[in-house]
Amino acid sequence: MDLAHFLDTFFRPDLIRSSLPLIGKGMLITLEIAIAVVVTGFALGFGLAILRARGIKAVNALIIVFVDVLRALPPLVPVLLVYFGLPGLGISLSSFAVLWLVLSLVLAAFVEEIVWAGILSVRKGQWDAARSTGLGFLPTLTHVILPQAVRLTIPPLTNRTIAITKNTALGTVIGVGEILNQATTAVSFSGNATPLMVGAVAYLVIFIPVVMLGGWIERRFAWKRA
Amino acid sequence: MDLIAQQFFNLDIMRQAWPLILKGLTMTLLICAAVIPLGLVGGLLVALASQAKSAVLRRSVSAAITLFRALPPLVLLILIYAGLPFAGIRLSPFAAVCLAFLLNNASFYGEIFRAGIESVGRGQWEAARSTGLRPTAIMTHVVLPQAVRNVLPDLVSNTIEVVKLTSLASVVALPELLHSAEMARSVTYNSSPVVLAAGIYLLLLWPFVRLMSRLEHRVAQ
Repeated sequence: MDLAHFLDTFFRPDLIRSSLPLIGKGMLITLEIAIAVVVTGFALGFGLAILRARGIKAVNALIIVFVDVLRALPPLVPVLLVYFGLPGLGISLSSFAVLWLVLSLVLAAFVEEIVWAGILSVRKGQWDAARSTGLGFLPTLTHVILPQAVRLTIPPLTNRTIAITKNTALGTVIGVGEILNQATTAVSFSGNATPLMVGAVAYLVIFIPVVMLGGWIERRFAWKRA
Repeated sequence: MDLIAQQFFNLDIMRQAWPLILKGLTMTLLICAAVIPLGLVGGLLVALASQAKSAVLRRSVSAAITLFRALPPLVLLILIYAGLPFAGIRLSPFAAVCLAFLLNNASFYGEIFRAGIESVGRGQWEAARSTGLRPTAIMTHVVLPQAVRNVLPDLVSNTIEVVKLTSLASVVALPELLHSAEMARSVTYNSSPVVLAAGIYLLLLWPFVRLMSRLEHRVAQ
């Protein structure tokens, strides 16, 4: 295949131009879901970790089951279960809402696990000392324990957040109009691979900075080995 | 409550779907047997290349790793499966999955192996060198065994992710576990087959997820 034919198949200028608005719309939707998922996933994950620190046996058992199940299942499985299963119960959610809900729950499970490991890493003496000064449970956690735990949790939290925001591409399976969905639709209309390449570039534009930032954070917060 | 049992835990439908799901499970295991070794070997090569003397090689490997880490695996798979035919290269779904996973996994395993190699102190290199070992022998006999031990939890954790990723093959119509369950669901208009598939994924992966939490908590303490 010569270069001209290659460019005509994968990078045709007029198709690049005509697919840009669609892919741009997809980028906005991808970013919207990613940001919404990060906000709710972190809030729920931190909440669950704090709740787990209370040490109520029955509650902790439920948290562990929730976390383990969502860590073990491929995210596409709960996406399909919720999207196709809930209407059978008379509940119908938009595909956007399903993707946001499921990815938030998955991220929350990982965040809980990481933050909990961080909380465990702080020596028990810190709890006792803080409590003995008259601090309550929550102030002890937020002012004494979590600031010390955070250093250990930042690299895995970053990696996991990147992995789960990349999963927004799963939305295409249930028809969320994110980048991949816009790109594959445009490919089937134009009979040319150009929109797919534009879509791939759109992902790179969003995620290369994120991956590089993640790498920087990992080195910045890494424990130095002697 | 009855509606939930009917819609998600219908034993009759699960029993009907069982042979199909079992075939799907076999395919999932087959994909794992292909892509996990491919990814490990690819990752090892990538890690070794990232230690190479040639700066050009190091830079290009590092750029490729960043590229394949930034592309969501599903996007990579669709690019290969739906994009390559435009260039006259038509891969079977299985081959497309293997290629997409090789590119993705080699990057992730590669970063893990690289971190492992870099975690082995310089003194080990120098000591091995002073006993007269050649660089290749130092790498295979001294550095890599220690490197792999240092990053074993990360390797296990990434392998769990790889097994989960095989479910993406359902999108390119490869009849693996999730795809079979989805077929059964669309025929019966009932989600029970997908619940059954979820149960199988849990059975396969839950022990490893538990093991990982144990390891993480032990490191933390």
